[in-house]
Amino acid sequence: MSAEPEETTTPPREAAAPRTPLEALRRRCFPRSSWPWRSLAYLASTVVVGAVIAALNTPFTFPLLHLGAVLEEMVRGGSRPSWLLASLLGLGLTLLLLFGPLVAVPVARFERWRLRLVHPPVVGGHRPADGGVLRWLRVRYTEAATWREFAYMLLLVTVLDTISWSVLFLTVGAGVFLLASPGATALGWTVDLFPWSFDDPLRTLPLAGLGLVILLVSPYPVALAAHAHTALARVLLDDRGTDELRSELVEVTRSRARLVDAFEAERRRIERDLHDGAQQQLISLAMQVGLARMDAPPGSDMERALSSVHAQAKEIIGSLREIVHGIHPKILSDRGLPSALPDLADRSAVPVRTRVDLPRRLPAHVEGTAYYVAAESLSNIAKHADATSVRLKAALDGDTLIVETTDDGRGGADPGGGTGLTGLADRVAVVGGRIWLSSPPGGPTRLRAEIPCPASG
Amino acid sequence: MSCIRVVLAEDGALLREGLSGLLQRFGFDVVAAVGDAEALVRAVEEHEPDLVVTDIRMPPGFGDEGLRAAVGVRRSRPALAVVALSQYVESSYAAELLDSQDGRGVGYVLKERVVDVADFADTLRRVHGGGTVIDPTVVRQLVRRRSTPLERLSEREREVLALLAEGRSNARIARDLVVSEPTVGKHIGNILAKLDLPPEGTDVDRRVMAVLTYLRERPE
Repeated sequence: MSAEPEETTTPPREAAAPRTPLEALRRRCFPRSSWPWRSLAYLASTVVVGAVIAALNTPFTFPLLHLGAVLEEMVRGGSRPSWLLASLLGLGLTLLLLFGPLVAVPVARFERWRLRLVHPPVVGGHRPADGGVLRWLRVRYTEAATWREFAYMLLLVTVLDTISWSVLFLTVGAGVFLLASPGATALGWTVDLFPWSFDDPLRTLPLAGLGLVILLVSPYPVALAAHAHTALARVLLDDRGTDELRSELVEVTRSRARLVDAFEAERRRIERDLHDGAQQQLISLAMQVGLARMDAPPGSDMERALSSVHAQAKEIIGSLREIVHGIHPKILSDRGLPSALPDLADRSAVPVRTRVDLPRRLPAHVEGTAYYVAAESLSNIAKHADATSVRLKAALDGDTLIVETTDDGRGGADPGGGTGLTGLADRVAVVGGRIWLSSPPGGPTRLRAEIPCPASG
Repeated sequence: MSCIRVVLAEDGALLREGLSGLLQRFGFDVVAAVGDAEALVRAVEEHEPDLVVTDIRMPPGFGDEGLRAAVGVRRSRPALAVVALSQYVESSYAAELLDSQDGRGVGYVLKERVVDVADFADTLRRVHGGGTVIDPTVVRQLVRRRSTPLERLSEREREVLALLAEGRSNARIARDLVVSEPTVGKHIGNILAKLDLPPEGTDVDRRVMAVLTYLRERPE
């Protein structure tokens, strides 16, 4: 019975579009999809972007570049004083650390945008920094997000650029070169593949075949390289701080829900204890008193006393019944909402028409919340709405339980006014639900609660 | 008059003892007092009582085992009278009882009614005599929930119907409402007419049918 809503809400994994090159790789339709081309475009643009950014950085990387040249010369046998090496290194690192982050922030912004070619959008983790250039600088230089972006930029111009270039050269570059070799030899050029060299088009035909195979296979290493790049970019460019916060929020909500669950369970336990214990004993006691009264001489003092005790016991039974019902309605735990809501409606001072359409029992905390919403809403209506009739509706809409009351009262209910409506919203929010209120002056007032209700119940 | 033989089923030991004493005090013969639904079925097989008094909520599941068992034994013994005690009003319980064997010889009352010992004993006798006794709360609820044809009844007619559902005679209703017996007869005639019930048939049948009409037209 519950299979249908499950199907509509949790689509099978295979049906979802792949979100990263690796996910796409695992599909059989990968070679025909747009992913090889997107990965290729990503790698190619990485090569270009890496080169451009390296060039943009030269104003403050020149000492390091010069240091590289000096070291190269020393390897070839030249000699240079060590203070020169040390000062080049010191100046280089100082300039890089000083100005690198300033370049890295806009670069990261651009890279996040470029990442969307092969990855779902990621969000930067910068703190807001309004109020002047100095403040902006202070915030940027002291937050982790900036330095992660700086690290990304360094990796981009050194490792990522090189990897992208190598992968492209060894796959697409080599493939195209080999495929073109018969044509090239036919035009009279010599194809050099150390230690061999070819100038006869016929002998280069197998090379063309090899090139074709490489080209056909190339989407896979290209996509893998693109994926490795996105994985690194996600680590360094995505907004991790907020992610952590978000998971904390989820955890807080969960623990609140657990608390409510525990609270519900405790109420049910108290209700059960009172019901099976005190209530039964009281009934038994009142029954004995009733019997004793019959045995007392009619009209005697004893008969009058026993009558009074009997009447009081009956009253206590009545009040205890109401107390127990208030703690947790037995009819709710025994029979669920289809019985408990009409019962609740019967207790209302304003006539209620109830429609409950539920194919199954719902989780206890959902039932408890729904009942609470209906009870609070009906009591609010009785107190404030001046209504002559109410409609109470409860039904499942997919995985959401809808509880709705509509009254024909004077309207104008103010969510900010009384504590009733906010308390209601709080209670519903704990189980991840929402409250909607429509109450124009003159009515009608409609209160709607949407309570998430997983199909596993 | 011979003793009415009763099988009593109630899981609370204290209340079971008390009820047992009450029934004996009013001249019933309690042939068995048991604590769960299975034992109830066995006791009925063994003792073949005239009347079963059972709690609806009983072990092992603490759901409606008592009711299930009572409806079950009535299927094989249509003449067996059953009074079910309920902790709260659930009209579907009442409807289920009334649906078994045309609702003759069944009672559905709140558990706390046993406190009024004489009234409770009276209820058992009426059910044993083939009457139908429904707790006034059930009738009140049904009356409130019903939009049609209940709205056609006057306030007084609803009161009469509630008493009718409790299985009371015309004379008793007249005494309760402090009116004459012919007036009660007239009210009942009006009720039956407004509920579109045929005027023919025995008095008891029509009374039961009036109550059944309400329970069966319960809006789902």
